[in-house]
Amino acid sequence: MTQATRTPTLDVVRLREQFPVLAREMKPGVRLVYLDSTATSQKPLAVIEAMDDFYRRHNANTHRGVYQLAEEATAMYEAARARVAAFIGAAEPAEIIFTRNTTESINLVMRTWAQANLAAGDLIVLTEMEHHSNIVPWQMLAAEKGVKLEFVPVSEEGLLDQATFEKLLENRPKLVALGHMSNVLGTINPVAEMSRKAHAAGAVVLIDGAQSVPHMKVDVRQLGADFLAFSSHKMCGPTGVGVLYGRRDLLEKMPPFLGGGDMIKRVRLHEFSTNEPPYKFEAGTPAIAEAIGLAAAIDFLEAVGMDAIHAHEQDLIAYTLDRMSEVPGVRVYGPAPAQRGGVASFVMQAAHPHDVAQILDADGVAVRAGHHCAMPLHERYGLMATTRASFYLYNTREEVDRLVTAVQKVNDIFA
Amino acid sequence: MDDLYREQIIDHYKNPRMKGVLDPHDISYEDDNPLCGDRLRIDVRLGADGRVSEAAFSGQGCAISQASADLLTESIIGKSLEEVRGIGKDDILEMLGIELSPVRLKCALLSLKVLKAGAYGLSEVRDLE
Repeated sequence: MTQATRTPTLDVVRLREQFPVLAREMKPGVRLVYLDSTATSQKPLAVIEAMDDFYRRHNANTHRGVYQLAEEATAMYEAARARVAAFIGAAEPAEIIFTRNTTESINLVMRTWAQANLAAGDLIVLTEMEHHSNIVPWQMLAAEKGVKLEFVPVSEEGLLDQATFEKLLENRPKLVALGHMSNVLGTINPVAEMSRKAHAAGAVVLIDGAQSVPHMKVDVRQLGADFLAFSSHKMCGPTGVGVLYGRRDLLEKMPPFLGGGDMIKRVRLHEFSTNEPPYKFEAGTPAIAEAIGLAAAIDFLEAVGMDAIHAHEQDLIAYTLDRMSEVPGVRVYGPAPAQRGGVASFVMQAAHPHDVAQILDADGVAVRAGHHCAMPLHERYGLMATTRASFYLYNTREEVDRLVTAVQKVNDIFA
Repeated sequence: MDDLYREQIIDHYKNPRMKGVLDPHDISYEDDNPLCGDRLRIDVRLGADGRVSEAAFSGQGCAISQASADLLTESIIGKSLEEVRGIGKDDILEMLGIELSPVRLKCALLSLKVLKAGAYGLSEVRDLE
């Protein structure tokens, strides 16, 4: 990959005008430098306005309404589903289940597919770099059913140990569940290749795409994902809605998730029959406006171009690693720019990650400090916490400069 | 916000007066800040008069939690347990001389939480939450 050194192709100045919050001054003369998009992204006007328009002109509950407004709301909600399906290369909209977020998507797979298909002694392969949301559900299942969990180790430079992965596959795991991109190290894992090997070993593959889907072109068939989970709010969309992609033939055979309205075909006092996918997995009134907002976010992202976004972020991370290496006593974790996205987690000799984040905040630089919901990964590096700067399409090299200046200030204060 | 890292706090963080462990001790307690995983232990020795004769803290944490632990353990020398019981959130903030956001308040109060839990059991600590 040579994209890291490529000239950015985005007109970031114009893009930034679409994000009202980015114009905010955190105190007089100090403009916000938002470097926490890995936690949640900012929202463009197109998304804010799409949701506003829905509430002002089209709001009604979806499905089964025979009046015009309900038909409009249903059509908009289902168009959002089709938009998501096209965005990730799903075969049909029915393979898209709207959830609350990535966490709920993974829990849905655990509660339905895994409950029905896994038994005591069955193996699930995870990795050491997973977010808690792709560890804890499986620990819960292990406690309930006695399934076994094995973890692919992470190397010092932040890459998955592929030799160990292949060894683990010899034990014929039923499920391989792994993150496409680490929310701490930024590592982009070779999931297409790993899926192929996992399938050859007879495993079902779940990809946590929370950090990849917002930042690069993701195609479920090219990746070989049987399940793909991601969140709207990390990709310029609203909070409150997430996605689970599932292969149709798997969804057909899965038991329902939550019980209630919409997921049923027929209910009698002592029994019910389930609806077809995806409705079978969407009990209760969904996040209608949020799904419509997500579709607007996808329109926005595709108009910018996923490849251009990825190239822009690779430029920013390469520049960041370069600039941070100038600051004494700083260690940034994770692999070389070619193998990572726009995430830089670091520690400083001089100060604790929380102190670093606080001093950066005084300069309007918003970063996150802590374990970033990846305590096992931090433990692997002997750390309790890191400070994390993360980028999106609206960030600039000038903002990286402001980050580095603020980081240098930490050294001055603690000198 | 810049005030947070005034000289006094940085000084107590970098050059703590009271850092270490006391073994044996009359009172010892350890706890963590669940938000960041920072751990803190405080050891106390009592004199024949029942007053604190020695105190020390150990563990890792941010500048705010470490400076507050240093200042707190320093301040209890010579105090009776009754007086230690009377130390409250405002006393810590006064010692630090800064204003804190709710998140960082937890860092500042970790040492008091540990000290009180060690000396009087956990029921006291709930008043601080």
